[in-house]
Parts: sequence; C-alpha cells; structure tokens
Amino acid sequence: MKELQFPFDVDYIIKHKKQIKKELLTNEGLIPKRIAILGGSTTSEIKNMLEIFLLNYGIAPTFYESEYNKYYEDAMFGNGELDVFKPDIIYIHTTNRNITDYPSILENEKTIQQMLDSEYQKYTNMWNKLFSKFKAIIIQNNFEYPFYRLLGNKDVSDAHGRINFLNRLNLKFYEYANSHDNFFINDINYLSSCYGLDKWSNQFYWHMYKYALEVPAIPYLSFNIANIIKSIYGKNKKAFVLDLDNTLWGGVVGDDGVDNLAIGLEVPSGQVYSEIQAYIKEHKKLGIILNINSKNEYENAIAGLNHPDSLLKPEDFIIIKANWKPKNANMNDIAKELNLGTDSFVFVDDNPAERHIVESTFDNMGIPQIDAPENYIRIIDHNGYFEMTNFSKEDLNKNELYKDNAKRSQMMATFENYEDYLKSLKMKAEISSFKPIYLERISQLSNKSNQFNLTTKRYSLADIQKVANSENYIKLYGKLEDIFGDNGLISVVIGHIKGNELHIDLWIMSCRVLKRNMEFAMMDELVAKAKEENIKKIYGYYYPTLKNKMVKNFYETQEFKLESEDEKGNKFYSLNVDNYKNKNKVIEVER
Amino acid sequence: MKKEEIYERLNEVFRDVFDDESIVVNETTTSADIEDWDSLEHINLIVAVENEFGIKFNMGEVTTMKNVGEMVEIINNRIS
Repeated sequence: MKELQFPFDVDYIIKHKKQIKKELLTNEGLIPKRIAILGGSTTSEIKNMLEIFLLNYGIAPTFYESEYNKYYEDAMFGNGELDVFKPDIIYIHTTNRNITDYPSILENEKTIQQMLDSEYQKYTNMWNKLFSKFKAIIIQNNFEYPFYRLLGNKDVSDAHGRINFLNRLNLKFYEYANSHDNFFINDINYLSSCYGLDKWSNQFYWHMYKYALEVPAIPYLSFNIANIIKSIYGKNKKAFVLDLDNTLWGGVVGDDGVDNLAIGLEVPSGQVYSEIQAYIKEHKKLGIILNINSKNEYENAIAGLNHPDSLLKPEDFIIIKANWKPKNANMNDIAKELNLGTDSFVFVDDNPAERHIVESTFDNMGIPQIDAPENYIRIIDHNGYFEMTNFSKEDLNKNELYKDNAKRSQMMATFENYEDYLKSLKMKAEISSFKPIYLERISQLSNKSNQFNLTTKRYSLADIQKVANSENYIKLYGKLEDIFGDNGLISVVIGHIKGNELHIDLWIMSCRVLKRNMEFAMMDELVAKAKEENIKKIYGYYYPTLKNKMVKNFYETQEFKLESEDEKGNKFYSLNVDNYKNKNKVIEVER
Repeated sequence: MKKEEIYERLNEVFRDVFDDESIVVNETTTSADIEDWDSLEHINLIVAVENEFGIKFNMGEVTTMKNVGEMVEIINNRIS
C-alpha cells in the first residue's frame, strides 16, 4: 500500500488505521504469526501500527501484550497466558526509561562497571530464559539517548555520563546479538536520531500516557520492527530495476548526448548522481540484483553507462531493457527472465507517471516515491527493502548465479535433445540429511520459496532446528553444481514419520534450477532414506496458493497415486515404496 | 472560524478515528457515548484533533477536558 511506504503521512495513518487494517485484511495468502510484545512502557499503539505494517507485508499477526511495564516479570517468572500463546516472535520494547540505576558523579569506575554488568545481566537473564522456554525469535530495542545531558558535552565521554553509560550498554547488546542466532536489535537509537531526539522523547506523551516516544513517532518505530520481521520470513526485496535518465545520471542521454550528462565529481549536480550510483552499486555486494528499465535507444543507454565517470557499468546489470515499450511490459519480461515474483523488485524511477503505470500493474512491488536527487538515497534506504537479518553466502554470490544462468540458456540453444543438454552440464548434487551449517539457509529457503512449493509451510530458524534434532523426521537438503557454477543449496524436503508411513510436510526447490531433474534426484534419495526407516508408504500433499500452480501436477510426474482432491484443489497422494523405480539419470549424486 | 465549523470538522475527525460514519458529536458528547473511545484511543483522537486544527494541547488541558464542548472551547480560544 502506497500510504505505508516511507516517507509516511503520519497524520493520515493514525487517523485511518482502522480503515487501512480492514482493507489489508482482504488480501489473500496472509501468513499468520504470533507476536508477544513485552513492554517497559505503553505499547498499545505500537501494536496497532505494527499490525498494519505487517499486514502490508502479507503477515497476519496475533498479539500477546504484557501488562504495563511487566516485560521483566513476564520473561523471568512466566505467565500462563504467555505460555499458552507460544509466540513465534518476542519483541521487547524497553527504552532508557527502564534503566534502573544510572551512575552518579560520585561513583568510581569500578562501581560504574558493576552497575553496567548488573544492568546487562538483567537483560541476558531475560533473553536466555525466553530462549529456553520458547523456540522463538527475540527482537530487542537498543537504547535511545536521554533528552537531557547533566554533564553537557562530557556526558558522552565521561563514565559518569548517562550517554556514556547507555553507549556501553548498547555495545554489550550488540555482542550478544552477534553471538546468538534468532536475536535481533531494533535500532531505536538510529530511529530517534533520524526523527529528532527532542521530538521523539516528547515528555507530554510520557507523563500523560506513559509512552516512551511521542505517538506520531510510532509509525516509524513499528515500520522498523515490521521490516525486521518481514526479512526474517523471507519477504525482503531481491532486485533493483532502475531507470536511467535523471535517475542514475542528470539529463537525458538521447537528447543531451553522453558528454553532457551530469555525472562525476566536477559539479554538484554530477556529484549527487555519483553518490546515488555508488549507493546502488554497494547493493551488488549484498547479493541484490541490478537491472535497467529505461525508455531509450539501447545504444544510448549503453553509451551512458560507459561514461568514464559512471560507476555503474553495463556488466553490473543482469538484464538491461532499454527500448520504447511501456515500463510495465518491460517489468513483466524482466520478472520472467529472472524467474522472480514481481513483488521481489524495487523499481526506481524519477518520473511519477512511469511509477504510476508500474504501480497500478503490480501489487506489492517496492516503488519509492522519490522526488529530488538529493533525497533519492534517503527515501530508498529508509524503506528497509533489503533489511539484512540472516544473510547467507548464497546471497553474496547471487549476481554470479544469475550470470551463470544466462550462460546456460545460451548453451541450451545449441542442443537438440534436452536430455543431452542436461548431461552436458555434468551436474553434481549433494543430497543428505540436514547439517548444522545449512540450517540458516534452509529456513531462509522455506520462507522465500513460493512457486516450487507444495505446501507453503514456513519454518523459522528455530523450527528448522527442532526438525533437525528430531528423529521423527526425514529431512533432506540438496545442493547442485554444474560446469557453469555452483547453485548452492536449492532444495529441501521434510517428512514426518508415523509408524511405517512418511508424510511429506515440505517440498521446495529454488526456481533457479527448474527443469534440471533435481526433483527426481531428490525423490530417489527420499525413497532410499524411507526404505532405511522401514517405511512402506509415502504420502504427499499439494495445497494450492496464488503462486504455486507450477507444481500442481508435481506428484503425478513423480508417479504418485491421487487419493483425493477437495473443492479447493487440495490434493492428497500416496506411493508404495516397494514399487518405486529411480528416475534421475542426469545428475551424479553424492550423499 | 465559527463554532459550527469547528464541530463539523471535529465530527469528521471522530468519524475517521473511530471508523464510524454514524457518529455525530455535540457539546455534551463524552467518551461514554462512543463505544471505542477508551483511554488508549483517546490519545489518537487528541493527535488527530491537533493535526486537524494545527494546534497542540498541553497536559493541563488534556487532563481536565470533560466533554466535546470543552474541547471546542479550547480549540476556539487557540485559533481565534
């Protein structure tokens, strides 16, 4: 929803939140999640705003909210209601208002250190307790700065200062975050400084309602939390699609000529575009794919990118569409060629008319409402499209993977028989039971696979750890490489064992490796594993969603027998293990 | 601005905040008259009213306001 992108009209959101919520609840395919909010101050409106931002990301939350300032009691001593609630996510909303003991000017360094340790201890006890009790994800605020400085400028550098104390405490929080999975910092220190600390900590709202930030700042806070959560559940954007003229450089290359473009460090109007290009280019290192969608002659577009001061070069992009087709048509082609959903893209274009046509064609595409070039970076960045919660090595290599795929398609064109082509790829797969180093990637894949996904069941890292440690599951991952490169871990199958039956809970594969017969190699291994466990029958399930039509007949191609189908199209299949014959002939499998 | 106009604009704010097109406020309206008007929603109402009229209430005003009539008095004093 356009209204829920940064920068927001806060007044509109606060006033119309009920209407917005109603509208968002009509969206299909919402993923339910249980979120416990443990607050050290009032959280009611934080919850309401979080709900609409999450709904906008396709996540339908139900909430548990602690009694006012009972975060610590709930965490440490338990609470029947919370225990039954079984949260997927626990958000701890504490602020500098919850610091029990600040150093005074009379204390010595040793005492201050002890105060710091005991404050930190309080939090680690809480986190550890919550982790041991719930297989949940914890999101914890760091501390914002206080709104006054007793020691003036010395407050930051002297150990007796509150700012100094909070900074040291924050550093300890970060150490914990870096050494624990499933633990994320919600950086309210940054948020409050962007917003303006004096406004953020408006005392009216504290004394009137015990809100630790002013109510108009709450959408920014809740948006930030929603960004962390959507990232955990694999709903980050994956690719940029960029316009050229007046987006990546100043001027129109077709009219002004390459030599007259504003780019480079000589003049302010060129500097601003150099910085934008540098910002975009940094995303490549994070595995974000770059593409172009521009109304231009192709030659002119390439000439512009080859401008000596253009940091972005033609080879930085996977797909370059520079033509005179409508931008929504180009967008469609780019999505198809990359095999990505249109909701994976961030479309950056300075022209509101072009944004409008793309916006009205595709739901849920990220379309920052950029205005003047000096604001482009801030507006793109504060939307949190690419929030990095669990980034894996796979992400870092993504640009290479897509380049390799382009080479494969070229080679395919030279073969007449598809099986010959597959053999020529000399594919090697590693298929085996879950290993600790892959759990993060497995959870990530379960959350972002939509198309080749039979049941669309989502697993957080904590869920995957549970499956990995249990003997009641057969759980396989598959990695695939070929002469052009390594695709990494691209398929996961989880089935639970019930006597001598196996029920397949999850079957997913990355669309990167479609039509490579990897699904047959996976099934061969699954059946082999099932035999080891003395399983006689395997049951498969297909639950249709808006996105997984491509696997509607998956179990038919695997020669399962259709047992039943209901009016919604949910299908249920079975296979007699003893009758199964291996199907993979083109991939060499390592176990 | 006439008081009628203040009531008219206020009425719109109430309808938006409580998402109820049937609301009509007058000077004696209190939180008891509107189903969703609890202490938590009250904050949103205050923020929305402030934005509508471009004013800020202070703590004293918010704590002593008894009904919509008193709210209109404060708004009227502030903008005239």
